[in-house]
Amino acid sequence: MGEQVRALQDDEFLNPGLFAVEYGEELWSTQTGEMGLSCQSCHGDASESMRSVAAGYPQFDEELGSLVNLEARINEMLTAYMDAPALPHESDELLSLTAFVTYQSRGIPIGVDISGEAERYWQEGQEYYTQRRGQLNLACNQCHDDLAGFNLRGDRISQGHVNGFPVYRLMWNSMGSLHRMFRWCNWAVRAEPYELGSGEYLSLELYLAWRSSGLPIEAPAVRP
Amino acid sequence: MTKVRTRLSLPPTVLKGEVFEVKTLVTHPMDNGFMFSRDGQRIPRHIIHRFEASFNGALVFRADWHEAVSPNPFMSFHASVQESGKFDFRWYDDDGTVHTASAEVEVV
Repeated sequence: MGEQVRALQDDEFLNPGLFAVEYGEELWSTQTGEMGLSCQSCHGDASESMRSVAAGYPQFDEELGSLVNLEARINEMLTAYMDAPALPHESDELLSLTAFVTYQSRGIPIGVDISGEAERYWQEGQEYYTQRRGQLNLACNQCHDDLAGFNLRGDRISQGHVNGFPVYRLMWNSMGSLHRMFRWCNWAVRAEPYELGSGEYLSLELYLAWRSSGLPIEAPAVRP
Repeated sequence: MTKVRTRLSLPPTVLKGEVFEVKTLVTHPMDNGFMFSRDGQRIPRHIIHRFEASFNGALVFRADWHEAVSPNPFMSFHASVQESGKFDFRWYDDDGTVHTASAEVEVV
Protein backbone atom coordinates (compact mmCIF):
# COMPACT_ATOMS: atom_id res chain seq x y z
CA MET A 1 0.00 0.00 0.00
CA GLY A 2 1.39 3.37 -1.01
CA GLU A 3 1.94 6.31 1.28
CA GLN A 4 -0.89 8.29 -0.27
CA VAL A 5 -3.44 5.55 0.29
CA ARG A 6 -2.13 5.15 3.82
CA ALA A 7 -2.60 8.88 4.40
CA LEU A 8 -6.14 8.68 3.06
CA GLN A 9 -6.90 5.81 5.40
CA ASP A 10 -5.48 7.54 8.46
CA ASP A 11 -7.31 10.81 7.83
CA GLU A 12 -10.54 10.64 9.81
CA PHE A 13 -12.01 13.32 7.62
CA LEU A 14 -11.12 11.95 4.20
CA ASN A 15 -11.45 8.20 4.76
CA PRO A 16 -14.56 7.34 2.72
CA GLY A 17 -15.06 4.15 4.71
CA LEU A 18 -16.22 6.18 7.68
CA PHE A 19 -19.39 7.06 5.80
CA ALA A 20 -20.26 3.39 5.98
CA VAL A 21 -19.56 3.46 9.71
CA GLU A 22 -21.95 6.40 10.07
CA TYR A 23 -24.63 4.55 8.13
CA GLY A 24 -24.01 1.45 10.23
CA GLU A 25 -24.49 3.50 13.37
CA GLU A 26 -27.91 4.57 12.09
CA LEU A 27 -28.84 1.01 11.28
CA TRP A 28 -27.69 -0.13 14.70
CA SER A 29 -30.51 1.80 16.35
CA THR A 30 -33.12 1.29 13.59
CA GLN A 31 -35.95 -1.08 14.38
CA THR A 32 -36.38 -3.89 11.91
CA GLY A 33 -38.27 -7.15 11.57
CA GLU A 34 -41.56 -8.44 12.96
CA MET A 35 -40.57 -8.07 16.58
CA GLY A 36 -39.76 -4.38 16.36
CA LEU A 37 -36.24 -4.77 17.66
CA SER A 38 -33.04 -3.00 16.74
CA CYS A 39 -29.50 -4.16 17.44
CA GLN A 40 -29.45 -1.58 20.20
CA SER A 41 -32.50 -3.09 21.98
CA CYS A 42 -30.38 -6.00 23.20
CA HIS A 43 -26.77 -4.96 22.74
CA GLY A 44 -27.12 -1.38 23.96
CA ASP A 45 -24.21 0.94 23.42
CA ALA A 46 -22.07 -0.59 20.68
CA SER A 47 -18.91 1.13 21.87
CA GLU A 48 -19.07 -1.06 24.97
CA SER A 49 -20.89 -4.20 23.92
CA MET A 50 -19.14 -4.58 20.56
CA ARG A 51 -15.68 -3.60 21.76
CA SER A 52 -13.17 -6.27 20.68
CA VAL A 53 -15.93 -8.53 19.31
CA ALA A 54 -14.72 -8.38 15.72
CA ALA A 55 -11.21 -9.44 16.74
CA GLY A 56 -12.48 -12.96 17.47
CA TYR A 57 -14.15 -13.64 14.11
CA PRO A 58 -14.49 -15.94 12.25
CA GLN A 59 -15.23 -18.48 14.96
CA PHE A 60 -16.69 -21.96 15.15
CA ASP A 61 -20.32 -21.98 16.24
CA GLU A 62 -21.33 -25.11 18.18
CA GLU A 63 -25.06 -24.71 17.55
CA LEU A 64 -24.78 -24.10 13.84
CA GLY A 65 -21.97 -26.63 13.55
CA SER A 66 -20.04 -24.44 11.18
CA LEU A 67 -17.68 -21.53 10.90
CA VAL A 68 -19.31 -18.09 11.03
CA ASN A 69 -17.83 -14.74 10.21
CA LEU A 70 -19.14 -11.37 11.32
CA GLU A 71 -21.46 -10.97 8.33
CA ALA A 72 -22.95 -14.40 8.91
CA ARG A 73 -23.37 -13.62 12.62
CA ILE A 74 -25.22 -10.41 11.90
CA ASN A 75 -27.53 -12.23 9.52
CA GLU A 76 -28.07 -15.02 12.02
CA MET A 77 -29.06 -12.44 14.64
CA LEU A 78 -31.44 -10.80 12.20
CA THR A 79 -33.21 -13.99 11.17
CA ALA A 80 -33.12 -16.00 14.40
CA TYR A 81 -33.75 -13.32 17.01
CA MET A 82 -35.36 -10.40 15.23
CA ASP A 83 -37.60 -12.08 12.65
CA ALA A 84 -36.07 -9.89 10.00
CA PRO A 85 -34.94 -10.92 6.52
CA ALA A 86 -31.23 -11.64 6.10
CA LEU A 87 -29.26 -8.89 4.42
CA PRO A 88 -27.79 -9.81 1.05
CA HIS A 89 -24.01 -10.08 0.71
CA GLU A 90 -22.32 -6.85 -0.33
CA SER A 91 -25.45 -4.78 0.31
CA ASP A 92 -24.83 -1.33 1.70
CA GLU A 93 -26.67 -2.33 4.85
CA LEU A 94 -24.65 -5.44 5.65
CA LEU A 95 -21.34 -3.78 4.78
CA SER A 96 -22.17 -0.75 6.88
CA LEU A 97 -23.27 -2.77 9.90
CA THR A 98 -20.14 -4.91 9.66
CA ALA A 99 -17.99 -1.81 9.30
CA PHE A 100 -19.68 -0.20 12.30
CA VAL A 101 -19.24 -3.27 14.51
CA THR A 102 -15.64 -3.79 13.40
CA TYR A 103 -14.93 -0.10 13.95
CA GLN A 104 -15.66 -0.58 17.66
CA SER A 105 -12.63 -2.86 17.86
CA ARG A 106 -10.21 -0.39 16.34
CA GLY A 107 -6.74 -0.88 17.75
CA ILE A 108 -7.51 -4.23 19.32
CA PRO A 109 -5.23 -7.03 18.12
CA ILE A 110 -6.78 -9.84 16.12
CA GLY A 111 -6.94 -13.09 18.05
CA VAL A 112 -8.98 -15.93 16.64
CA ASP A 113 -9.45 -19.29 18.28
CA ILE A 114 -8.19 -22.14 16.11
CA SER A 115 -8.41 -24.87 18.73
CA GLY A 116 -10.88 -27.73 18.74
CA GLU A 117 -13.32 -27.91 15.86
CA ALA A 118 -11.90 -24.79 14.28
CA GLU A 119 -8.56 -26.44 13.63
CA ARG A 120 -10.00 -28.43 10.74
CA TYR A 121 -11.13 -25.23 9.04
CA TRP A 122 -7.81 -23.60 9.74
CA GLN A 123 -6.10 -26.47 7.92
CA GLU A 124 -8.51 -26.15 5.01
CA GLY A 125 -7.71 -22.48 4.86
CA GLN A 126 -4.00 -23.12 4.86
CA GLU A 127 -4.41 -25.62 2.04
CA TYR A 128 -6.39 -23.07 0.08
CA TYR A 129 -3.74 -20.44 0.69
CA THR A 130 -0.91 -22.61 -0.63
CA GLN A 131 -2.86 -24.27 -3.46
CA ARG A 132 -2.00 -23.13 -6.97
CA ARG A 133 -5.08 -22.13 -8.91
CA GLY A 134 -6.34 -20.50 -12.06
CA GLN A 135 -4.92 -20.08 -15.49
CA LEU A 136 -1.93 -18.22 -14.06
CA ASN A 137 -1.29 -21.18 -11.78
CA LEU A 138 -0.53 -19.03 -8.73
CA ALA A 139 -1.05 -19.73 -5.06
CA CYS A 140 -1.84 -16.92 -2.62
CA ASN A 141 1.43 -17.37 -0.77
CA GLN A 142 3.57 -16.98 -3.87
CA CYS A 143 2.75 -13.30 -4.01
CA HIS A 144 1.55 -12.39 -0.54
CA ASP A 145 4.38 -14.15 1.33
CA ASP A 146 7.27 -14.27 -1.10
CA LEU A 147 6.78 -11.07 -3.07
CA ALA A 148 4.98 -8.76 -0.66
CA GLY A 149 6.12 -5.18 -1.07
CA PHE A 150 7.10 -5.62 -4.72
CA ASN A 151 5.20 -4.02 -7.52
CA LEU A 152 2.66 -5.81 -9.64
CA ARG A 153 2.15 -3.37 -12.46
CA GLY A 154 0.92 -0.22 -10.72
CA ASP A 155 -0.03 -1.96 -7.49
CA ARG A 156 2.10 -2.83 -4.54
CA ILE A 157 1.59 -6.41 -3.43
CA SER A 158 0.12 -6.48 0.05
CA GLN A 159 1.10 -8.84 2.82
CA GLY A 160 -2.39 -10.26 2.67
CA HIS A 161 -3.45 -9.22 6.14
CA VAL A 162 -7.12 -8.93 7.00
CA ASN A 163 -7.15 -6.40 9.84
CA GLY A 164 -8.69 -3.65 7.71
CA PHE A 165 -11.83 -5.31 6.39
CA PRO A 166 -14.43 -4.32 5.35
CA VAL A 167 -12.42 -1.89 3.22
CA TYR A 168 -13.17 1.01 0.98
CA ARG A 169 -11.53 0.10 -2.30
CA LEU A 170 -10.69 2.93 -4.65
CA MET A 171 -10.85 0.58 -7.63
CA TRP A 172 -14.47 -0.24 -6.79
CA ASN A 173 -15.46 3.17 -5.54
CA SER A 174 -17.29 1.39 -2.78
CA MET A 175 -17.00 -0.68 0.34
CA GLY A 176 -16.20 -4.34 -0.06
CA SER A 177 -16.04 -7.33 2.24
CA LEU A 178 -13.14 -9.72 2.56
CA HIS A 179 -14.98 -12.28 0.45
CA ARG A 180 -15.40 -9.80 -2.35
CA MET A 181 -11.65 -9.28 -2.23
CA PHE A 182 -11.14 -13.07 -2.35
CA ARG A 183 -13.36 -13.22 -5.40
CA TRP A 184 -11.42 -10.41 -6.98
CA CYS A 185 -8.09 -12.15 -6.20
CA ASN A 186 -9.38 -15.39 -7.70
CA TRP A 187 -10.54 -13.56 -10.76
CA ALA A 188 -7.14 -11.83 -11.03
CA VAL A 189 -5.32 -15.16 -11.29
CA ARG A 190 -8.05 -16.25 -13.69
CA ALA A 191 -9.56 -18.82 -11.39
CA GLU A 192 -13.27 -19.46 -10.96
CA PRO A 193 -14.29 -17.57 -7.81
CA TYR A 194 -16.33 -19.22 -5.08
CA GLU A 195 -19.60 -17.78 -3.81
CA LEU A 196 -19.60 -15.03 -1.22
CA GLY A 197 -19.88 -16.64 2.19
CA SER A 198 -18.90 -20.08 0.88
CA GLY A 199 -17.17 -22.64 3.09
CA GLU A 200 -13.90 -22.31 1.18
CA TYR A 201 -13.75 -18.59 1.77
CA LEU A 202 -14.74 -18.91 5.43
CA SER A 203 -11.87 -21.33 6.02
CA LEU A 204 -9.49 -19.04 4.19
CA GLU A 205 -10.78 -16.13 6.27
CA LEU A 206 -10.02 -18.05 9.46
CA TYR A 207 -6.54 -18.94 8.26
CA LEU A 208 -5.78 -15.35 7.26
CA ALA A 209 -7.18 -13.98 10.50
CA TRP A 210 -4.87 -16.34 12.37
CA ARG A 211 -2.04 -15.23 10.09
CA SER A 212 -2.82 -11.62 11.06
CA SER A 213 -2.77 -12.44 14.79
CA GLY A 214 -1.66 -9.53 16.89
CA LEU A 215 -2.20 -6.88 14.26
CA PRO A 216 -4.51 -4.12 15.46
CA ILE A 217 -7.84 -3.80 13.68
CA GLU A 218 -7.89 -0.70 11.52
CA ALA A 219 -11.22 -1.03 9.73
CA PRO A 220 -12.50 0.63 7.65
CA ALA A 221 -9.22 0.61 5.73
CA VAL A 222 -8.67 2.08 2.28
CA ARG A 223 -7.23 -0.06 -0.49
CA PRO A 224 -6.10 1.03 -3.94
CA MET B 1 -24.42 4.56 0.09
CA THR B 2 -27.78 5.24 -1.38
CA LYS B 3 -28.25 8.33 0.74
CA VAL B 4 -25.98 11.30 0.10
CA ARG B 5 -23.90 12.13 3.16
CA THR B 6 -21.79 15.16 3.83
CA ARG B 7 -18.88 15.86 6.12
CA LEU B 8 -17.51 19.24 7.14
CA SER B 9 -14.36 20.35 8.87
CA LEU B 10 -13.82 23.90 10.02
CA PRO B 11 -12.73 25.40 13.31
CA PRO B 12 -15.62 26.17 15.69
CA THR B 13 -13.88 29.32 16.91
CA VAL B 14 -11.57 31.66 15.00
CA LEU B 15 -9.92 35.03 15.54
CA LYS B 16 -11.30 38.01 13.71
CA GLY B 17 -9.76 38.12 10.23
CA GLU B 18 -7.86 34.88 10.75
CA VAL B 19 -7.47 32.74 7.63
CA PHE B 20 -8.73 29.20 8.17
CA GLU B 21 -9.40 26.21 5.98
CA VAL B 22 -12.90 24.91 5.28
CA LYS B 23 -12.99 21.29 4.17
CA THR B 24 -16.05 19.57 2.73
CA LEU B 25 -16.72 16.07 1.54
CA VAL B 26 -19.86 14.62 -0.03
CA THR B 27 -20.67 11.05 -0.99
CA HIS B 28 -21.76 10.80 -4.58
CA PRO B 29 -21.18 8.29 -7.38
CA MET B 30 -20.39 11.08 -9.91
CA ASP B 31 -21.34 8.87 -12.87
CA ASN B 32 -19.81 10.66 -15.84
CA GLY B 33 -22.17 9.28 -18.48
CA PHE B 34 -19.44 7.49 -20.45
CA MET B 35 -19.48 4.22 -18.55
CA PHE B 36 -21.38 1.08 -19.41
CA SER B 37 -22.89 -1.39 -17.01
CA ARG B 38 -22.20 -5.10 -17.26
CA ASP B 39 -25.25 -5.68 -19.44
CA GLY B 40 -24.08 -3.08 -21.94
CA GLN B 41 -26.38 -0.25 -20.91
CA ARG B 42 -24.95 3.24 -20.74
CA ILE B 43 -25.01 4.56 -17.18
CA PRO B 44 -26.60 8.00 -17.48
CA ARG B 45 -24.70 11.05 -16.30
CA HIS B 46 -25.39 11.72 -12.64
CA ILE B 47 -23.06 14.20 -11.04
CA ILE B 48 -23.10 17.13 -8.70
CA HIS B 49 -22.59 20.04 -11.09
CA ARG B 50 -22.27 22.92 -8.70
CA PHE B 51 -21.01 23.55 -5.21
CA GLU B 52 -21.74 26.73 -3.30
CA ALA B 53 -20.76 28.02 0.09
CA SER B 54 -22.29 31.07 1.67
CA PHE B 55 -21.64 32.85 4.93
CA ASN B 56 -24.55 34.57 6.63
CA GLY B 57 -26.47 34.41 3.36
CA ALA B 58 -23.77 35.91 1.13
CA LEU B 59 -22.07 33.72 -1.44
CA VAL B 60 -18.38 33.29 -0.60
CA PHE B 61 -17.30 30.36 -2.73
CA ARG B 62 -18.64 28.62 -5.80
CA ALA B 63 -17.35 25.85 -8.00
CA ASP B 64 -18.71 24.26 -11.16
CA TRP B 65 -17.97 20.58 -11.33
CA HIS B 66 -17.85 18.52 -14.48
CA GLU B 67 -17.78 14.89 -15.52
CA ALA B 68 -14.11 14.36 -14.69
CA VAL B 69 -14.54 14.94 -10.96
CA SER B 70 -13.98 11.76 -8.97
CA PRO B 71 -16.61 10.10 -6.81
CA ASN B 72 -17.07 11.44 -3.29
CA PRO B 73 -15.81 14.93 -4.20
CA PHE B 74 -13.61 16.73 -1.71
CA MET B 75 -13.51 20.51 -1.80
CA SER B 76 -11.57 22.82 0.43
CA PHE B 77 -11.04 26.54 0.42
CA HIS B 78 -9.73 29.21 2.75
CA ALA B 79 -11.81 31.93 4.34
CA SER B 80 -11.66 34.63 6.94
CA VAL B 81 -14.59 36.22 8.73
CA GLN B 82 -15.18 39.45 10.59
CA GLU B 83 -18.14 38.30 12.69
CA SER B 84 -19.68 35.15 14.06
CA GLY B 85 -22.09 33.42 11.74
CA LYS B 86 -23.16 30.39 9.85
CA PHE B 87 -21.69 28.71 6.78
CA ASP B 88 -24.24 27.12 4.45
CA PHE B 89 -23.07 24.60 1.90
CA ARG B 90 -25.12 23.48 -1.08
CA TRP B 91 -24.40 20.74 -3.59
CA TYR B 92 -26.56 20.87 -6.72
CA ASP B 93 -27.33 17.40 -8.01
CA ASP B 94 -28.17 16.54 -11.62
CA ASP B 95 -31.42 14.98 -10.45
CA GLY B 96 -32.59 18.36 -9.18
CA THR B 97 -32.06 17.86 -5.49
CA VAL B 98 -29.87 20.17 -3.46
CA HIS B 99 -27.85 18.59 -0.68
CA THR B 100 -27.21 20.95 2.17
CA ALA B 101 -25.09 21.20 5.27
CA SER B 102 -24.21 24.03 7.60
CA ALA B 103 -21.79 24.87 10.37
CA GLU B 104 -21.45 27.70 12.86
CA VAL B 105 -18.26 29.69 13.28
CA GLU B 106 -17.73 31.90 16.30
CA VAL B 107 -15.35 34.84 16.32
CA VAL B 108 -13.56 35.15 19.65
